[in-house]
Amino acid sequence: MAHLLNTSFIPTSQPLRRNPTSSAPALISGRRGRAQVQAKIREIFMPALSSTMTEGKIVSWVKSEGDKLSKGESVVVVESDKADMDVETFYDGYLASIMVEEGGVAAVGSAIALLAETEDEIAEAKAKASSSSAAPAAPAPAVAAPEPQPAKIADNVGPAVVPKAAATVASTHPASEGGKRIVASPYAKKLAKDLKVDLGSVVGSGPLGRIVAKDVEAFAAQPTVAVAAEPSVGKSAAAVAAEAGIELGSVVPFTTMQGAVSRNMLESLSVPTFRVGYTITTDALDALYKKIKSKGVTMTALLAKATALALVKHPVVNSGCRDGKSFTYNSSINIAVAVAIDGGLITPVLQDADKVDIYTLSRKWKELVDKARAKQLQPHEYNTGTFTVSNLGMFGVDRFDAILPPGTGAIMAVGSSQPTVVATKDGRIGRKNQMQVNVTADHRIIYGADLASFLQTLAKIIEDPKDLTF
Amino acid sequence: MQASLSLPALSPAVPRPSYVVQSALPLPPSKPINLRFCGLRREALGFSPLGRSDSHRVRLSAPSRSATISASSSSGNGSPPKSFDYDLLIIGAGVGGHGAALHAVEKGLKTAIVEGDVVGGTCVNRGCVPSKALLAVSGRIRELQNEHHLKALGLQVSAAGYDRQGVADHANNLATKIRNSLTNSMNSLGVDILTGVGTILGPQKVQIGSSDKVVTAKDIIIATGSVPFVPKGIEVDGKTVITSDHALKLEFVPEWIAIVGSGYIGLEFSDVYTALGSEVTFIEALDQLMPGFDPEIGKLAQRVLINPRKIDYQTGVFASKITPAKDGKPVTIELIDAKTKEPKDTLEVDAALIATGRAPFTQGLGLENIDVATQRGFIPVDERMRVIDANGKLVPHLFCIGDANGKMMLAHAASAQGISVVEQVTGRDHVLNHLSIPAACFTHPEISMVGLTEPQAREKAEKEGFEVSIAKTSFKANTKALAENEGEGLAKLIYRPDNGEILGVHIFGLHAADLIHEASNAIALGTRIQDIKFAVHAHPTLSEVLDELFKSAKVAHVPSPVSEPVAV
Repeated sequence: MAHLLNTSFIPTSQPLRRNPTSSAPALISGRRGRAQVQAKIREIFMPALSSTMTEGKIVSWVKSEGDKLSKGESVVVVESDKADMDVETFYDGYLASIMVEEGGVAAVGSAIALLAETEDEIAEAKAKASSSSAAPAAPAPAVAAPEPQPAKIADNVGPAVVPKAAATVASTHPASEGGKRIVASPYAKKLAKDLKVDLGSVVGSGPLGRIVAKDVEAFAAQPTVAVAAEPSVGKSAAAVAAEAGIELGSVVPFTTMQGAVSRNMLESLSVPTFRVGYTITTDALDALYKKIKSKGVTMTALLAKATALALVKHPVVNSGCRDGKSFTYNSSINIAVAVAIDGGLITPVLQDADKVDIYTLSRKWKELVDKARAKQLQPHEYNTGTFTVSNLGMFGVDRFDAILPPGTGAIMAVGSSQPTVVATKDGRIGRKNQMQVNVTADHRIIYGADLASFLQTLAKIIEDPKDLTF
Repeated sequence: MQASLSLPALSPAVPRPSYVVQSALPLPPSKPINLRFCGLRREALGFSPLGRSDSHRVRLSAPSRSATISASSSSGNGSPPKSFDYDLLIIGAGVGGHGAALHAVEKGLKTAIVEGDVVGGTCVNRGCVPSKALLAVSGRIRELQNEHHLKALGLQVSAAGYDRQGVADHANNLATKIRNSLTNSMNSLGVDILTGVGTILGPQKVQIGSSDKVVTAKDIIIATGSVPFVPKGIEVDGKTVITSDHALKLEFVPEWIAIVGSGYIGLEFSDVYTALGSEVTFIEALDQLMPGFDPEIGKLAQRVLINPRKIDYQTGVFASKITPAKDGKPVTIELIDAKTKEPKDTLEVDAALIATGRAPFTQGLGLENIDVATQRGFIPVDERMRVIDANGKLVPHLFCIGDANGKMMLAHAASAQGISVVEQVTGRDHVLNHLSIPAACFTHPEISMVGLTEPQAREKAEKEGFEVSIAKTSFKANTKALAENEGEGLAKLIYRPDNGEILGVHIFGLHAADLIHEASNAIALGTRIQDIKFAVHAHPTLSEVLDELFKSAKVAHVPSPVSEPVAV
């Protein structure tokens, strides 16, 4: 390429390369869109350094968080498809928050950092950054930012991991001075940072109790939180980790995931929602579950399947309202199921739940949960849901109410199935297992009658579940 | 400049009778010149523009010529009036001594070399050579284990592994091979290899070993080199707390090794150890890693060589105490803050490599007999490598080259200094331009440099009142690098925009160590950017990175008297 550009001996200035001392101006603008609270926090965007550049890699941050910047100063070095260039700021202020770390890649025009006008606004900007979704291509392997569709947080679990908390140390390294010091190998430390694992709570299996990489991986993959379909798994571990990880009296900033949840929850306030509840008898479903449980079928898969089959008949409940002016009828029925994880939550998606058979669906669900725990879910595996199911039944919750994830039309909160004394139509009193479901929906597109008939269909399917197994 | 300099060198001068034999040589040797005349020329001379010395060295390996020369040197014709055993005696048969010996023979000097250990010195036996063998292995295994990289090339390799002993043998065999060829080259040229420790008894007099064998020589070169420097408080046991000497034997590959010092040696070993599966912790006393490198190159190197690998680091800390592993306890490293000296941390690791630099090996040389006081072990010399005694006076007929004088602790620098000394003792004044000596670090990818770093250049510019400009090119724009899928890299040129002088070149990228010579030769020969940019590079080659670098420099238009092409 260079050769082609230099066919003559004339020392032309190279179109590929700029004078290294000159800097490209950073694109900085006020924060756009959304409910805006502060105008004095500006985003620094990935600039387009060449006409062909679509994304840029952050080579290095010249400034660090908290540094004062003056107009024209270099802030960051960006590597485009062709060269490394210094990017400078147009405004005075403070570099409040770096959103794309060194080595990370960001699309042209996406925010890479926040600039606060005064020192006081730094904390504010930081909070903003952690709730922002602007780091889609950050190198961290964690599920991190990209728009998990949260439903309802299983609050009783709490944030399991606080990086600086070292209150209890499980490492048994002999020289760790009774647990005051943590002995971990370099790679283990690196992994812990990437996976947001607190080394203090990892038990080392290396020489003399040293924490090595596989300990961190194992810790990150271990279920720290109860998951919808498997209520008993890891519950105690979660409780222990949660309690060990919290330093009372401290203020702990959101993780990226928690930030995303917070932002989505706020955003949901702009959607007019309403709720419709229904009580469904589950005797038949319980019997079916008992029968096919041995084949690896989970209750979550059964519920998702039933919901999907009901949605087939009520496409409007599976639709979404993107712009406030139209219905977006989704071509497939993707059931997102909320799962609490590591102090946050994520919604693995069972795609085409109406078409996939129950056994495959169950296997798929297991795979998704494993991936979610290992933080290896791909974006399409957690952000393509068209309808969300949140189940707190395993905690004994009999009814609750969910917040609608932005972009979808409805979410269904599922309570526990409990033996209930009921009066039957023929005038007798009997005992039936019943559960309450409560659907929250966007009233711009889904009306009361829509939900009512959807629930009626769902109840029919659950009460006579032969269709679930085909 | 070339023309004007070549004239005195070729101008007829009075040949000493002792060199009559040499007139039979196909190439005329440099003429011995009256020393006072040298003094006058001192200012004018930089690096020899002719580079003749190198061409001689190459030719010397041809058997026919070497026969002629050894005949001449052993014939005894070379003895000056005052009778010496040798014209030149070199203490230390490392790369520096070897380079000097070969050049001395070429110049017709009767030469002996004294070695108290093994021929080849540190470089061949415990340094550059075996480490290159290990790095060759680490580079390959790194490639074979980089699935992403292989996939991008369409390659499929199933799990790559290595056999530690096999790797260690490769390094050892290479050292043996090079050592033998070094020994043979000196033997065949008629250089006497005297075995034993050389001790200077007085002017022009050296005792060999503990025996009463004393040899005299007209000129003596000290080339005793260096040993790994171990700061106090560190106990080296050769097994778990080791220096590069032990590490090169690769007796075991620890799971976790702390490397004290992040210079060349530390960096290269981190490359080897991480490729072989170890995790590494760097302990650096200065505030940043890789302190010797140009900051920009250092930053990029850290991004590529440190951050993505299984390496962590502590900077601004001293290892105040290191205890080897014993009785089931790991290696313990106590760290203190480099500035406040307060205890900072304690590390427990499987092994520790001390790579804190090298200390001159000058003990037992008998320097006290000639009233020379070392400075931190280094032998003080002037710019012509002439040894300076305790009173600041030059010691006649005594020179010191290489690590022992501490000017530039690189094997090839020692060799260049040795050649420079031989030039002087054969009557041609010569001052080596150390800024033209390239250096390389053989990580993957490699780092190389010549001349000044940017901060050094800016400081100099400030003092001397000139402008400094920087030009950079990326390996990303180089076809060959992209073909290899190794686009990560940067070449940086530091130059004077007013006259086109190259002040420094720094390269990080594929084969950087081989690429630097175009720049170092340009500096050595005084070639300016406005001239070298017209030189043609084959396409597509990595050398085009430098081509592009020179072409991108913006030099003010200066009427250049020498840039006009001359028909030959």
